Amino acid sequence: MSHAADICAQNVTARDAARVDFLMIAEMVAAGARVLDVGCGNGALLALLTHTRNVDARGIELSQRGVNEAVSRGLSVVQGNADTDLSYYPDNSFDYVILSQTLQATQRPKHVLEDMLRIGTHAIVSFPNFGHWRIRSQILFKGKMPVTENLSYSWHDTPNIHFCTIQDFVDMTRDIGATIERAVALDRFGKPMMVRAPWWLWNIFGEQAVFMLRRA
Amino acid sequence: MTAKIKRPIVTREADAPHSLTVEFPAHEPLKLDSGGEIAPLKLAYQTYGQLNAAKTNAVLICHALTGDQHVANVNPVTGKSGWWDIMVGPGKPIDTNIYFVICSNVIGGCMGSTGPASTNPATGKAYGLDLPVLTIRDMVRAQARLIDHLGIDQLFCVAGGSMGGMQVLQWAATYPERVFCALPVATAAKHSSQNIAFHEVGRQAVMADPDWRNGRYLDEDVAPIKGLAVARMAAHITYLSDDALQNKFGRELQNRQERTFSFDADFKIENYLRYQGASFVDRFDANSYLYVTRACDYFDLAADYGGSLAAAFKGTKTRFCVVSFSTDWLYPTSASRAIVHALNAAGASVSFVEIESDKGHDAFLLYEPDFIGTTHGFLTAAARARKITG
Repeated sequence: MSHAADICAQNVTARDAARVDFLMIAEMVAAGARVLDVGCGNGALLALLTHTRNVDARGIELSQRGVNEAVSRGLSVVQGNADTDLSYYPDNSFDYVILSQTLQATQRPKHVLEDMLRIGTHAIVSFPNFGHWRIRSQILFKGKMPVTENLSYSWHDTPNIHFCTIQDFVDMTRDIGATIERAVALDRFGKPMMVRAPWWLWNIFGEQAVFMLRRA
Repeated sequence: MTAKIKRPIVTREADAPHSLTVEFPAHEPLKLDSGGEIAPLKLAYQTYGQLNAAKTNAVLICHALTGDQHVANVNPVTGKSGWWDIMVGPGKPIDTNIYFVICSNVIGGCMGSTGPASTNPATGKAYGLDLPVLTIRDMVRAQARLIDHLGIDQLFCVAGGSMGGMQVLQWAATYPERVFCALPVATAAKHSSQNIAFHEVGRQAVMADPDWRNGRYLDEDVAPIKGLAVARMAAHITYLSDDALQNKFGRELQNRQERTFSFDADFKIENYLRYQGASFVDRFDANSYLYVTRACDYFDLAADYGGSLAAAFKGTKTRFCVVSFSTDWLYPTSASRAIVHALNAAGASVSFVEIESDKGHDAFLLYEPDFIGTTHGFLTAAARARKITG
């Protein structure tokens, strides 16, 4: 197996576990909606949404292994790339376009987000917060690129090429003129943080965030 | 010297096949894209499994260029097992315990459906080149006649690889409401220039053989077997990957220690191709080869829809699963991706997998676990949605 394929395979395995952000996303999706999951891995989230929300589920996944597993479980998933293949989907063809824990692995995150908002009425994005205090402290005290439980790759051997903080993400939504409909930050125990907390607090204590956006 | 050969096999199967047949009388002609027609029309087909009471479990399998209707039974001509035995049968992905499986010989073929080797009732001689040139859409129209004859409104699935995959795409475009799910494998929505080029080499090899006799060879008990064998040899190379050839044959010599400094088959690959060519001519009609290759070359689904492939699938409710193989250079993954992009643009339900394989185009006929698993998963989910299974 090639090294790149190996990394993808690890991603698929990690995705198998029920993830907290999946539950948050599922809670945001209306029943019976048309959903496109970009970077859907082996289809765990799509299966969850089909099961609990009865959605019309579609997916795009880069790794062959993920696609094969998803199709084998009966999901409509195509092998493709978030950076290049979203352009083939027509405007307004989905109610929700989801990007869960994949933003940081795209070549052009802003472009991907713009495409998601073009294709879907809503875009839901979950991502690891690079502004979390444990990540900050690793750089500050160790002087090394952070490696944590959730971000377990070494800097030279990672699919994650575009990390951002919650504050960075909020800035980008403003750049592209998107409206934040909902936002949740999850602490290191996977618990949602206080809704009224200011961005800077989320930015320090949120380990990951889930945003739902729409065009302004 | 002319090639006196054992013609009976081809002529026997063309007129009296070891298959079920249905004949549509001359007053119900099959209208063709060329403006011509076939009348009467004869179709030879095989079925496996049982049609359920609701008639919802029929699977139509479309065969490839030189394939035939003997998908999952011993072939009456070659004595070999069915060409898609890995895929069709009890417990296989296309499970004959669940589905009613149909496969018919394409028109233009030589295994019992009307083709150039069939006897033209108007003359008492083989049609030869009197048969109009055919298209993939003509083949599909003929199959639709058979499905009507069997009393089936909607097929649960239409599946096929290579030229069979083209028929699958044509079915989904022409009769969207009659196809619940579609499985086009190792195929393309149009023939590329390179595809046409290889086919032209094959046709020229056949027509350059003096025993072709301007297509009237059956009248004279000869056949252009040398030309047809060369056509098959050239085509066979396109079915395999460079790696597959290298791994299987390399530069190994055939039953000899040294080069002979002659034009004998010194290399194993030469011997293999000669064998492939020689065995092919025993089972296939040369004129049929011209007709079926031409049908592929004329295939360009988008052209029938104003140049937009997405328009061919507009509003479709059919579920698609598109499959390609990583080392297939005849119908490469890029050709499958073009189909997938069009289906996405049409808002269709589509799955797409590229299966890693070193076997080239031929992989769709071979046991590839990921291919089997994907197909099984796709059909199982679709069968549940169609309420064929619980």
